[in-house]
Amino acid sequence: MSDLEQFRMETRAWLEANCPAEMREPVRDEDDVYWGGRNATFKNDAQKAWFDACVEKGYTVPAWPKAYGGAGLSAPEAKVLREEMARINARPPLSSFGIWMLGPALLHFGTEGQKQRFLNEIARGEIRWCQGYSEPGSGSDLVSLQTYGEDKGDHWVVNGQKVWTSYADHCDWIFCLVRTDKQNKYQGITFMLIDMETQGVSTKPIKLISGNSPFCETFLEDVKVPKSYGDDIPAQVGEVNRGWDVAKYLLGHEREMISGAGGGDRTAAIGAAMKRHAAQNGDELDPVLRAELAMFDVDALAYGCMGEKFLDEIKAGKTHPAQPNMMKYAGTELNKRRHELMMAAGGSRSLEWESEETGGGKPARNWLRTKANSIEGGTSEIMLNVVSKRILELPGG
Amino acid sequence: MPLYHDEDQAMLADTASSFMAEEGNIAKQLRHWRDRDCKDGFGHDLWKQMAELGFNGILVDEADGGLGMGHVEAGIVLEEIGRNLTPSPFLTSSVLAATALKHGSDDLKGRYLPGLVAGDSVFAVAIDETAKHRPERITTRAEKSGNGFRLTGSKSFVVYGGSADMIVVAARTSGADNETDGITLFAVPKDAKGMSHDAVRLVDSSMATHTKFDGVELDGDAVIGEVDGGREVLDAMLRAGRIGAAAEGVGVARGAMDRTVDYLKQRKQFGKLIGEFQALQHRAAHLYSEVEIARAVTIKTQQLLDAGAESADMMTSVAKAKVAKTARLAVQEGVQMHGGIGMTDEYDIGLFMKRDRALAEFLGDAYYHANRVAELSGY
Repeated sequence: MSDLEQFRMETRAWLEANCPAEMREPVRDEDDVYWGGRNATFKNDAQKAWFDACVEKGYTVPAWPKAYGGAGLSAPEAKVLREEMARINARPPLSSFGIWMLGPALLHFGTEGQKQRFLNEIARGEIRWCQGYSEPGSGSDLVSLQTYGEDKGDHWVVNGQKVWTSYADHCDWIFCLVRTDKQNKYQGITFMLIDMETQGVSTKPIKLISGNSPFCETFLEDVKVPKSYGDDIPAQVGEVNRGWDVAKYLLGHEREMISGAGGGDRTAAIGAAMKRHAAQNGDELDPVLRAELAMFDVDALAYGCMGEKFLDEIKAGKTHPAQPNMMKYAGTELNKRRHELMMAAGGSRSLEWESEETGGGKPARNWLRTKANSIEGGTSEIMLNVVSKRILELPGG
Repeated sequence: MPLYHDEDQAMLADTASSFMAEEGNIAKQLRHWRDRDCKDGFGHDLWKQMAELGFNGILVDEADGGLGMGHVEAGIVLEEIGRNLTPSPFLTSSVLAATALKHGSDDLKGRYLPGLVAGDSVFAVAIDETAKHRPERITTRAEKSGNGFRLTGSKSFVVYGGSADMIVVAARTSGADNETDGITLFAVPKDAKGMSHDAVRLVDSSMATHTKFDGVELDGDAVIGEVDGGREVLDAMLRAGRIGAAAEGVGVARGAMDRTVDYLKQRKQFGKLIGEFQALQHRAAHLYSEVEIARAVTIKTQQLLDAGAESADMMTSVAKAKVAKTARLAVQEGVQMHGGIGMTDEYDIGLFMKRDRALAEFLGDAYYHANRVAELSGY
């Protein structure tokens, strides 16, 4: 038996012993997801037991080094763990922007002190992070941001407003782009870590067309950010004024995540399920709708292969650095189309905003939510700009 | 297996790429034979050269003199054929007929495979009977006659049928026209009495035939596989041919896209390179994205076929449909972005549009295969 097969058998046994039955169900509601943080509560004992077991094993962040709270798994081992968790439908023990976004940036740019402290806290779900990138007026054109940090010797005084800060009202810390040099456009931005309990930080939810509010506005008024949080723990990641490098690196990770590379919902075929749902209501699919579903399934299944290829190529270091932009573009456009078709197949039932049958209007709310896919994390138009300039090397600005 | 070429495959790709660009390019092959109104529609010398490189026997077992490789490797050659619009009987002979012959008797293999591997023989396949690809319905009949069969019926879209030394024919030996069972495959030699060809040149300058079988007498040993049990062989042959056509289609899409992107970097209008215009940049980037996805589903499906995976059949249709849609987009954007010169015979981009049209129709178009995906998915 190869080492990897051995690892698979051990993992399977460990999951069998440690993943409670309630955690082997697809996530249905927001409170099925555990985000961690200072004020987090568990929905039930099973959620807590599963989380605790994973923290102990390092499985909230399996590929991170053991010193930082991970399990130190190799890429093939991490893949085996993913496959084995998927096999039993295990829920993620911890969802976190710290894991998806800040963590990779700290692993790449952080000081040893920052890694020791923050990566461990993220892995153990002790602090919940949000992202402070966009501002009113600086959406896709991030480098035009205005939030300003004035150098006061041992601290910064930060003033400004961030927008689209996901779940900021539930978060403990924010990783934030702050202008620290007004003369330099790109090389005047610093990537700062700010405790949201600091005097002067406040948040306000933004209600969206879906009726839900995962996003907030975050206000920074005379916020005093110490330059150091302890020995070898500077407040900024990377160098002062070089935060754009960190931001770009992190956006690559965000785009990978939003693109749904590696499978998940948006690469699944939907035609068969739509036919079954229609049949349950004594309905059938119009031939033209069936045809559109078939064309969608072709695109979705092909995109699933692209996701797999993309991850294989990343592992082998064969992928173009701008390829995540292509993945993000294709994945998000596909997901929007998917939900349009699901609304069409659902008919009037899917219009219901509050009924029990629709789980409180899930189809409609999910459909509306997907409209943000091609806006958040850089619009589709920005993705196409990047692909045309950096991959196709077309001329101009 | 990761979804990119391993070292050996990358070497094969280098060889195929430089050979096709050098010897199989549009000026040397497609235009050359077209402008001479060549009745074969391809060059036998190139076929011989391909044999010398081992290409022709890629899917032929080593025991039969081939390289014993798989669909990934055949796809590598086909993608380069697509990029250069190289007229070649590779797909009909080395992919379709070779796959059918895998199921043939030693006698049949001994009779036909050496010629294929050496580049001396060319094969064709006769499946379609109507203008659209409908292999579910076979009406051409082969009735028992003495020790052999009498073949009666007609086939269309027999690509390179007039040049073929042998044609693989799908015929009905029992059952009704729409039945799955009762199909038998035959290796019909070039000089079979009662076989006649009505040759036509197609839009892409390739040659095809409407072929009639008027009581063609065949020996029992012309049967490939089992009598009445040919559907399985036919399906295997179709899967090989479809993923092969998909690989060639990826090549056509890439060839058209590369030319178009190059043109965007050279052509000036209103004092600017047209590649500076965002309207064109976005369309080019969208095209790139589609071509990448089409390549991914093609290599994934090649690997699934080589591994004998259960999902390979449906994924073959996903790949054929996705590539057909993508190559169509590539050639249409190509001609449009080239502007007026894109409509001229002098520029090559229009040749890609013609080839795409013929290739997409071969073994089922995007509609046929998307419908098949729906059926196989249960809707």
